[in-house]
Amino acid sequence: MRQTLRTLGRILVKELLQLRRDPKILPILFVAPVFQLLILGYAATTDIRRVELAVADLDRTPASRRLLERFTASPSFRLVATVDSQDQLGPLLDRGEARLALTIPAGFAARQVEGLPTPVQLLADGSDAAAGTIGLGYALGTLQLAAQDAAPAGVELRPKVLYNPELVSRNFMVPGVLAMIIMVMTMILTAMALVRERELGTMEQLLVTPLTPGQIILGKLLPYALVGLVEILTALPIVLLYFRVPLRGSLLLLLVLCLPFMLCTLGLGLLVSTLSHTQQQAMMLAAFVFMLPQIYLSGFVFPIQNMPTPFQWATYLVPLRYFVVILRGVFLKGVGLDVLWPQVAALLLLGTVILAAARARFARQLG
Amino acid sequence: MIRRTLAVALKEFLQLRRDWRTLLALLGMPVVLLLIYGFALSFDVRHVRLAVVDLDGTRAAREVERAFLHSGYFDLVHRGTDLRAVDGLLDSGRAQAALVIPAGHAAAAGTQRAATLQLVLDGSDSQMATTVLAYARQITAAVAPAPRQRGAAGPPVPRPLVWYNPDLASSRFLVPGLVAFILMVTTVIATALAVVREKERGTWESLRATPLQALELLVGKTLPYLVLSAAAAAGALLLAHLLFQVPLRGSLLWLALVTLLFLLGGLGWGVLLSTLADTQQVAFQAALFTTMLPTLLLSGFIFPISSMPPLIQAITHIVPARYFLVALRGIVLKGTGPEVWGADMVGLAVFAAAVLALATVRTVRSL
Repeated sequence: MRQTLRTLGRILVKELLQLRRDPKILPILFVAPVFQLLILGYAATTDIRRVELAVADLDRTPASRRLLERFTASPSFRLVATVDSQDQLGPLLDRGEARLALTIPAGFAARQVEGLPTPVQLLADGSDAAAGTIGLGYALGTLQLAAQDAAPAGVELRPKVLYNPELVSRNFMVPGVLAMIIMVMTMILTAMALVRERELGTMEQLLVTPLTPGQIILGKLLPYALVGLVEILTALPIVLLYFRVPLRGSLLLLLVLCLPFMLCTLGLGLLVSTLSHTQQQAMMLAAFVFMLPQIYLSGFVFPIQNMPTPFQWATYLVPLRYFVVILRGVFLKGVGLDVLWPQVAALLLLGTVILAAARARFARQLG
Repeated sequence: MIRRTLAVALKEFLQLRRDWRTLLALLGMPVVLLLIYGFALSFDVRHVRLAVVDLDGTRAAREVERAFLHSGYFDLVHRGTDLRAVDGLLDSGRAQAALVIPAGHAAAAGTQRAATLQLVLDGSDSQMATTVLAYARQITAAVAPAPRQRGAAGPPVPRPLVWYNPDLASSRFLVPGLVAFILMVTTVIATALAVVREKERGTWESLRATPLQALELLVGKTLPYLVLSAAAAAGALLLAHLLFQVPLRGSLLWLALVTLLFLLGGLGWGVLLSTLADTQQVAFQAALFTTMLPTLLLSGFIFPISSMPPLIQAITHIVPARYFLVALRGIVLKGTGPEVWGADMVGLAVFAAAVLALATVRTVRSL
């Protein structure tokens, strides 16, 4: 046991020395993730605020202006045009200058005084479905408030938003970006390093040493696990202090739960390296076969519940799927292992299977 | 001049025909990627996991519940009378929203007082939460229209109408983006290797001995790729139309022209990288890094550019997919002409001209 540990320690030191000698490694390790996090953290926002609104007030009465004021005073809308006829609204939507158009028909005030329902026309640009739905929702909410003031009965909906009361998409996206960076760095660095050794032929030299394949793998993967932890510690201050994503759960738990995820990504890196002969193949494989599915099928951006059933099954094989739930749970919900244990168990299981498969291939190739 | 250009094109084409891997990547990959990810991409909010806590237990309360479930947006995951269950359900993610019908709901509905409903939302996914809230507002407004009273002002009644995409299916918005993403990645990778491969093999030197001009050489080399990627683009767009119901409301001719300009930009960028890089590996990595993430994040494919901070918005101007997407979505979804997206077409042309000119300058120098 002690002998094994000492051997492992030696490989670890050797690998770290080798890492340090690579002049390109420091910028990749520290500058790239910070840069990625900043760009991605800013770009990955789905917030739809200040929906561009065009209005055609055909009534021109104090009553119609009062209704318009509800829209212009709301922070949800930005008035981009006021036109005189409904025909002028179409081109505004065509050009994308307005996303939403409101028409108050002539006779609005007259009907209102009579106590009759007063129809108002809402025209939404559905080409961006998400923005369209949300813009329409804001408008319907505004009109409902107006209706409530007019006739204060009926049913009132009192929403209460948990975890992210201001509905800032950054709070949801940035933890996902963090997970993606950890994945990319650990998986690709591992795969590239191992394939490079294969290309250089130094992997074969390890064969003549008395090391077992398991020891070689551990010695090769451990430095990159350390690299992953360093990445997290570099990125966390940006996430917490710069983007101000709340951390409601335990920091220690967050760090510990990164380990089962890295078990998967390091395993995938090793697997990629056993499947490719050149660094170029490794890049291609890592990018298209392992990275793209993680981006699209993890629920990081696109909700899993909307996918066709076979795709939903496929998501169970994607480690990022579980890790995103863990990160968002710890960051935003402040939950602990009592809630997250199924995700942790899934990651451990997946990681073990991936690593075992990769080890089997690795051992066969060396032997 | 034209004869010599065609001769280079023919030579490149013959070479390509033997290189089945590049051919497959160029022609097969767009279709395969579109098939896989087209189905997974959706922002539609459906199957929202809803818990109902009915503290009232009257017929009116059940009607409210039924209205929510029949709307088609919600799946019932829990039904109970204990308010304390809500926290656990949302914490674990088993429910994404909880509808609480307070005791006395039915009693209040008959009076002047508004009956209240509470909707507790998991706000961590802000986009989904915003949409769910909009749906819930519509449902509650429909379930209990405010009773008309004597002397009260008539309430405004919204008549919503959605243009371009009446059922607000997000795939119609996202699939064109996916097409742009795929074409960008495949075209750049294909040509990025074209010149550098000859450099690695030493055949680039022998071209110096021929009377070929730099421009003839570059155009000749790009031409076969343009033909192939145009075929791939046509296939991908046809697939988007047939399989994902992306309409074609505008002119096919403009669509072809805009797509060709975009492809030319992608191919030109690849050639430029190829003239800059010394090894295929460097060219490949550069191609991957300059296309994948920028096109995914900074083109308006997934995240609206208008929501990004000004600095990031400025950066998006060097991402050609940004211009292509405005024109593509305009043509297929809105049926608009160049008077709307003419500036974006110019942007594409400028990008293509600039990268091709730079690549020519580099080639002149290296020849």
